[in-house]
Amino acid sequence: MTVTQAPKIVTSRMGYDDSHTLERYLATGGYEALKKALSMNPEAVHDEVTASNLLGRGGAGFEAGRKWSMLRPNPVRYLVVNGDESEPATFKDRELIERDPHQLVEGVLIAAYSLQVTQAFIYIRGEFALGIERVTQAVNEAYSHGACGNNIFGSGFSVDLVVHPGAGAYICGEETALIESLEGKRGFPRIKPPFFPAAIGLYGEPTIVNNVETMSNLPWIVLNGGEAFAALGEGRSTGTRIFALSGHVNQPGTYEVEMAKPTFRDIIFDPSLGGGVRLGRDVKAFIPGGVSAPWFGPEHLDLRLDQDEVGKAGSMLGSGSIVVMDSATCPVRAAWRIARFFKRESCGQCTPCREGSGWVDKTMRRIEEGAGREEDLDLLLDICDNIAPGLTWPPAQTTICVLGPSIPSSVVWAIRMFRDEFLVHIKDGACPYA
Amino acid sequence: MGHFTPENLAKAKNTISVYPQARSALIPLCHLAQSQDGYLSEEAMVEIAELVGVSPAEVRGTASFYDMLHTEPVGKHLVSICTNIACMLAGAYELLEHATESLGVHSGQTTSDGEITLEEVECIAACDRAPCVSVNHRFFLDVDPDTFDQLMTDLRSGKHSSEVPSHGTLSRVERSLGLAVPREQVAEERAAADKARAERKAKAEAAGADKK
Repeated sequence: MTVTQAPKIVTSRMGYDDSHTLERYLATGGYEALKKALSMNPEAVHDEVTASNLLGRGGAGFEAGRKWSMLRPNPVRYLVVNGDESEPATFKDRELIERDPHQLVEGVLIAAYSLQVTQAFIYIRGEFALGIERVTQAVNEAYSHGACGNNIFGSGFSVDLVVHPGAGAYICGEETALIESLEGKRGFPRIKPPFFPAAIGLYGEPTIVNNVETMSNLPWIVLNGGEAFAALGEGRSTGTRIFALSGHVNQPGTYEVEMAKPTFRDIIFDPSLGGGVRLGRDVKAFIPGGVSAPWFGPEHLDLRLDQDEVGKAGSMLGSGSIVVMDSATCPVRAAWRIARFFKRESCGQCTPCREGSGWVDKTMRRIEEGAGREEDLDLLLDICDNIAPGLTWPPAQTTICVLGPSIPSSVVWAIRMFRDEFLVHIKDGACPYA
Repeated sequence: MGHFTPENLAKAKNTISVYPQARSALIPLCHLAQSQDGYLSEEAMVEIAELVGVSPAEVRGTASFYDMLHTEPVGKHLVSICTNIACMLAGAYELLEHATESLGVHSGQTTSDGEITLEEVECIAACDRAPCVSVNHRFFLDVDPDTFDQLMTDLRSGKHSSEVPSHGTLSRVERSLGLAVPREQVAEERAAADKARAERKAKAEAAGADKK
């Protein structure tokens, strides 16, 4: 077991019932990092973020410091924070939003200063009503505390923060769709190139889009230095990260652990973390990073929570959400439910995704319900091959965004891992688990 | 016109004022209309269109993309049951089946007393306390058939009225002030950006003309 005693960087206040209040925040060092950042020059703040090697916590895992250096120089630039957490089984941003909104706000203000933007938006998923209330309250308090608005803390730097609610659409977590949504439109992703937000983003101006957890790391990085952050973890996977553990574990929840040290086995079985599989059963399969990630089997349990190690093994740490399925789980039903999600959430712009997701949903459903045919397995693989040719990981892309190429991750890997169970459904004309 | 109450019209104008472009307020104003009427009415969409400077069809076209915006009336309590992967593994379909039977309505339908609209939703991000349910977007966690029935009884008797606001109310906390960055500074930056854009365009056009 290599569960290290690393500091809690983003969840240090979670033990307090009043962790969301300004009083608690100020009593625990709140807004000191912003004051320190304002005493540095903006480039020096950027240098600390680059030195930390903080990888974006939204799913793609791109270096935040490098993303910032891609921001096109322009008199008007924007910062947009992505709080549209909707990847199934991901619930770490909701905790940060609801339970430590000031830490998020401070992180956004630090980023806004480093990037020298005068307006930043915090886009929060509409379903997070409490989260919207908490962050709105935190922004109001930041203004009255002098941490936000005109000439913050007397530094000469001015910035406005606006909390923007979503209205229920998974695709708006995709950064260009989020920008469209923030412009008051349907959440249709934009094609890249040319619409890389850092070049052409909100209202056509250069825009940085960063995840909530990424922003929430910034106060600690500024106070302790990028080097201290990079000293945690290993290789490119530095610092700590929140993993959201759900499914058939005894203690589901969010756990902040040092990156690249614990393994999946540790996080699932350690008594201080997941506490093992329910009823003492075996792990049949697990999803390592949100439902867009290919499934892993028990043979992958000893992989470390390291972005590159998981990537090389053929999946991704993605949004940091781990779903455990025990030995009594029907893999057909689980994969079908994920396929159905993508069908419901496809924005409809690209044919492979719009049509393919519907075909996959219907075919999977008929197998699960006992009406499948043996040739359905080849049919499913063929449809998925049309969505993401080659069925490799990372997937090839035939669509504007990566929602489409995520469709095969559950279905194809479930067929590869559990073909015999699919065949039992087809031969018996029923789900053996029903 | 004049569908918003005077108080809500003032709120709508304040909301528009915090965005560089009025259209960005479209979704927040749809939420505002839902908080006033419980759903997004035709009249509200017409007024929102006028306020943000688009056609009513564009408001409807945008609103119809989003699950939380309802262009038809819904019940007093929108009861959303998540059946996505983590909730499914914890018995959410059994819970949904129970709810359908005990309420006598299917997903998307409203009970005859107008109290409850049942809907099956995608992941609402409370997977460690599955199966999860939200009522008017306020969470109720670790719900089983028994606690579900109790919840429905309590909702009907108004027991949760303090923590569950009426349908459509998103945030009970409002922005306390407008933008604070000096408007002259913003205008200067805006003008410089427009000038840079015009220069880039002229340069691109000149380069295009050279090629011809």
